[in-house]
Amino acid sequence: MTVLNPTITLATTRRILTQLRHDHRTLALMIIMPSVLLALLRYVFNDEQQFSRAAPALLAVFPFAIMFIVTSITTLRERTTATLERLMTMPLAKLDLLFGYAIAFGLVAVVQVVVAMVTSLTWLGLDITGSVWLLGGIAVLDALLGTALGLFASAFARTEFQAVQFMPAFVMPQVLLCGLFAPRDEMATVLDWISDVMPLSYAVDALTQVTHSTEIDGTLVKNLLIVAACALAALVLGAATLRRRTP
Amino acid sequence: MDNSAVVVNDLRVQRGGRDVLKDISFEIERGTVTGLLGPSGCGKTTLMRSLVGVQIVESGDVTVLGRPAGHKDLRSRIGYSTQNPAIYPDITVTEALTYFASVLRAPADDVARVINEVDLTSHADAIIGQLSGGQLSRANLAVALLGNPELLILDEPTVGLDPVLRDELWELFAGLAARGVTLLVSSHVMDEATRCEHLLLLREGELLAANSPAELRAHTGEADLERAFLRLIKDTVS
Repeated sequence: MTVLNPTITLATTRRILTQLRHDHRTLALMIIMPSVLLALLRYVFNDEQQFSRAAPALLAVFPFAIMFIVTSITTLRERTTATLERLMTMPLAKLDLLFGYAIAFGLVAVVQVVVAMVTSLTWLGLDITGSVWLLGGIAVLDALLGTALGLFASAFARTEFQAVQFMPAFVMPQVLLCGLFAPRDEMATVLDWISDVMPLSYAVDALTQVTHSTEIDGTLVKNLLIVAACALAALVLGAATLRRRTP
Repeated sequence: MDNSAVVVNDLRVQRGGRDVLKDISFEIERGTVTGLLGPSGCGKTTLMRSLVGVQIVESGDVTVLGRPAGHKDLRSRIGYSTQNPAIYPDITVTEALTYFASVLRAPADDVARVINEVDLTSHADAIIGQLSGGQLSRANLAVALLGNPELLILDEPTVGLDPVLRDELWELFAGLAARGVTLLVSSHVMDEATRCEHLLLLREGELLAANSPAELRAHTGEADLERAFLRLIKDTVS
C-alpha cells in the first residue's frame, strides 16, 4: 500500500497555493491579520513591557486560530464540492492530500509569522531574551498544529456553518486554558488537568520559555515534541476519517 | 483475455434504508459505447458509483477490467466524471487539469490534448467558476479523459450542451471506442440512445433491458426508442 507519493503530495500543495493565489483577499487577510491584532493589543496596553509579556503567547495563538479556521473551511469545501470523491477514485493516497494541505498552509504560516514578528520586534517594541529564530520556528509549528487540527475537525462538519462553529469549540478552550489569562499551575486542579491535554498549552509554555531565557533545555524540547506529535497525530487521524467508499 | 470490461452480478445497493439497485446483472463488452438510460432518480448515478468503487454496496459482485470494483490498480485505468462538476472553481481550466494530470501521472502534454478534445482551448486560461454551465461540464469531462483510461464512466456528460457540441462529443466517444476504450455514458435523453451500440435501461432500480437499439426496436415493435422504452415499462408492469 502506498502511504505517500512525494510528487502527488507536492502537486497538491501547488494546487492549493494556486487556489490561494487567485483569492487575493483571503491571502491578504491571512498574512496581515496577526500583525494587525498584535498592533491593536500593543495600543490597548499602551505599555511596551506589558505588551512584551503577552505578545509571545499571542504569536502562537493568532496563527493557530487563523490557520485552524482557514484549513477547516477549505477542506470542507473539498468534501462538499465532490472534488474529494473524484480524488478518491484516483491514485492519490489519503496522506498525499493531508500533507499537501499541511505543507501549503505551513508555507503560508511562515510568511504570516515572519510578518507578525518583524512588526512586533521593530514597530511594536517586543523585547525577548531568547533566540528570535527559535521564537519564529515555534510560532510556525503552532500554525501547523492549527492546520492539522483544522483538517481533523473538518471531518466532523457537514456544512460550512458547522465548521465555523468548531472554531469556538476547538480553539477557544485551548486559548482560555493555555496560560495566557492565568498561569496554568494556579488554575483549579481540574482545569489544570484539562490544560495538560491541550496541545496549545505546550506551545505557549515553549514560547514563554524562549522569551525569558536563552537556554534550550529538556523541558523546551519535550514541549516542542509534544506539539509536533499532536500535529502529526491530527493529520493521521484526519486521513483515517477520509473514506473512499461512501453510502 | 476476458472480453468483458464490466461484469455485474446481482448488485444490490441500499441508500437511506431503501433499495436503489435491486439485484441487477449485466456485462459490458470492451471497446463499445453503452448508454445507461432511465429517468432521473432511477439509480444511474448509484450504478456508476458502484462501478468506480466509491459506493458502499449491500451485496453482489462487480468486476471491472478483471478486478473487483474499487481495487487500487484500477484507479489510473478508469476515467470518471460526475454529473455535478467536481472541479476546483477558483482556478483556471489549465491549472485544474494540470493538477489532476499529475495525480494520474499523465504526460504533461495531456492537458492541452484534453482541453482541445472538449473544445475549450479558447477558455484554457479562464477561471472555472466563471465558465458557463456547458463549458463547466466540458471542463469536468476533460478530467476523465486525462491519462489513458481503458474505461470511461461518464455521468450525463452532454447535459446542457448545444446540439453541435453534443454531436462532436458523441463523435469523440465513438473514436475512443474504436481505439478500444470502453465507455458507459448515462443520459436521460432518449435521442442519445441511438448513438450507443448497447443500451441499459434502468427504472426504479431495476434493469428493464440490456440490448442494442436495433434489438430493442425489434423486440418491442416500436421504431422510436422513447416509445420502445414506454412499451417495455407497460409490458413489465402488466
